[in-house]
Amino acid sequence: MIMQETLTIKQKQYLEQPKVRISGSEAIVRCLLAEGVDVLYGYPGGAIMPVYDELYKYQDKIHHVLTRHEQGATHSAQGYARISGKVGVAMATSGPGATNLITGIADAQIDSTPIVCITGQVASHLLGSDAFQETDIIGISTPVTKWNHQVTRASEIPEVIAKAFYIAKSGRPGPVLIDITKDAQFEEFDFQYKKCTGVRSYIPVPKTDESSLIAAAELINNAKKPMIVWGQGVILGKAEEELKAVMEKAGIPSAWTIMGASAIPTSHPLNIGMVGMHGNYAPNVLTNQCDVLIAIGMRFDDRVTGKLDEYATQAKIIHFEIDPAEIDKNVKTDVAVLGDSKENLSKLLPLLNPNSHPKWLQKFKDLYAIEFEKVIKNDLHPTKEGLTMGEVLKEINIQSKGQAAIVSDVGQHQMIACRYAEFNVSKSNITSGGLGTMGFALPAAIGAKMAAPERDVVAIIGDGGYQMTIQELGTIFQTKVPVKIVVLNNEFLGMVRQWQQLFFDKRYASTEMTNPDFVAIAKGYYVDAKKVTKREELASAVKEMMQSKEAYFLEVCVEKEDNVFPMVPSGASVSDIRLE
Amino acid sequence: MSEDKLFTVSIYTENNIGLLNRISAIFQRRHINIESINSSASEIDGVTRWTILVNMTEDQMKKIIGQIERQVEVIKAYYHTDEETIYQESCLFKIKSDLLFEEPQIQNIIKLSNARIVTVNKKFFVLEKSGRRNEIELLHRELSVFGIMQFVRSGRIAVTKDEMKITEMLAAFNN
Repeated sequence: MIMQETLTIKQKQYLEQPKVRISGSEAIVRCLLAEGVDVLYGYPGGAIMPVYDELYKYQDKIHHVLTRHEQGATHSAQGYARISGKVGVAMATSGPGATNLITGIADAQIDSTPIVCITGQVASHLLGSDAFQETDIIGISTPVTKWNHQVTRASEIPEVIAKAFYIAKSGRPGPVLIDITKDAQFEEFDFQYKKCTGVRSYIPVPKTDESSLIAAAELINNAKKPMIVWGQGVILGKAEEELKAVMEKAGIPSAWTIMGASAIPTSHPLNIGMVGMHGNYAPNVLTNQCDVLIAIGMRFDDRVTGKLDEYATQAKIIHFEIDPAEIDKNVKTDVAVLGDSKENLSKLLPLLNPNSHPKWLQKFKDLYAIEFEKVIKNDLHPTKEGLTMGEVLKEINIQSKGQAAIVSDVGQHQMIACRYAEFNVSKSNITSGGLGTMGFALPAAIGAKMAAPERDVVAIIGDGGYQMTIQELGTIFQTKVPVKIVVLNNEFLGMVRQWQQLFFDKRYASTEMTNPDFVAIAKGYYVDAKKVTKREELASAVKEMMQSKEAYFLEVCVEKEDNVFPMVPSGASVSDIRLE
Repeated sequence: MSEDKLFTVSIYTENNIGLLNRISAIFQRRHINIESINSSASEIDGVTRWTILVNMTEDQMKKIIGQIERQVEVIKAYYHTDEETIYQESCLFKIKSDLLFEEPQIQNIIKLSNARIVTVNKKFFVLEKSGRRNEIELLHRELSVFGIMQFVRSGRIAVTKDEMKITEMLAAFNN
């Protein structure tokens, strides 16, 4: 028993609230409602049936979307979270239902996406007995969750779910898994809900050392050739405006990682493009010429840095970061500014001198001209017969006026989408960056469109990845969610084939695909569909797709053996980026 | 490149199921062997203290401490070198009782090593020794000449010379 005298006023108020006696499963649904969840993605099964029974009763308040595979449920929850900044929710039964969530959870972990997964579990007296559909999902999910917890008593449910949502969305976001035994779902208890506002062992946002901000400002003010590389931390921290203000005041050419795309409009004069393996030529080359590199909410992934020993060794490195474990993990920093990106960038702004670096910015423009001549021109305005992926993106840009959210899968088309999509709105580039999960895009697009029904959501997918989660067409048909699906079909696992061509003497081991009739499959799911094989058909087909009020599938047959350039070969320095 | 060193990692955590898995996975994922691991109560009610002994470079150690502290239920993690800690291990020997009378040297070994006899019966006696690893290893060598029925050694436990300030950290949360 809690000693009444030691309670705070808040705790007393909480205990004095009216309680209702309900089952654990009803409590789960009520907790979700209390957290503002209006849609969740999942798949029923034995050990989660009591919760589904409650979802049936609460169906006017909470929309459960039946995906066609549990992996789809996690990716949909991710898409929902990525476009809205809210927590996505996925639900599955025990055993195979739970293990099928793992790919999406691992993806959310490495891309810092806030999702809460709820799994059913066999009754607590059966734990460890190899019961039907029993699996140790807590053990399995531990390395890929920000936090996980098993509930065996109904009375634990409110506190644990409140904590799950708090942990998923606070600080550096991530996935949380809650495993709830079937007996806890049936058990009745006195329900009360209180939102979680803190966990004593957990510091979501580290304290900023004010002197680090002063040191950062001094480096920036004295820099002749400063360069910003921002990542998803800017989007997660809602710091887009603050970043723009810093860029503009100090006149700093600024590049982005794949996860940071769309935080600043593509057309901004100081936006110098993408860094990394298939990023733009100028920011990669000039990474090794800048004198101060300001990294903001990014983690120096190996796909960004190339060979670490030759990455920006001439530059002073400033790292704005919320996760202390990222400081000095890959690149040694001169000044680390820990804390929230929005807060710290707004504190940095008054410390900066107004500045511009026209000569330095011109270097980026000169290198862009080279990249345009060697790569971009051929991608966007091809003169050869076969269609390029780039011209499809160009057409989507035209039709969407750069307002669409682009959900890309993994591979060549992903790099093309990130390179050429025009972004005017933040949170518009939804892709699997860290884990590189093929099959991500179709279910993620479903979640994104549901979270932002007012926006156009276009999934760009390769013919390989599409077939990994193609069954989610069933979810699209059943829910009538009007997502636009573009499959760029080159009848190859294109990125692997590109590597085979460049590094394995064109030995195309298991990369050629014999594909089905994608249009027939889409039509089988009653989704409007069209196939384009010629350039003259492309514009009208993209227009028709964008104007459709319903879901639409567009297959574009592109050149089979095109490569994505520029390219930093793995193990090479970023400044050794190849244009051909 | 800096050289591998022996580090004592001290971690204060909540007392929750699954934390062993979460912490050991951080080492496993990086292909690092844990020399010893110990979990026990700490000076604070309800807070568990882990003592882990690992061999690695200091650079690696710092990164791993960061990864450990990132875990939601970890309150604080530290690493120390041998010079910065007071540390001990403990061991038990089970030996035939006959030897105690037949081999007078054993009595000398026990006396000189500061080992303690925990129990004696007709069949065997159990010897306990706490100390540094080398003292325990020396005793083991000396006794193995006569035959050891069973031997077991604990993981390292250590207290640090400097302050930990965990109580203050937890108090700060409550306010």
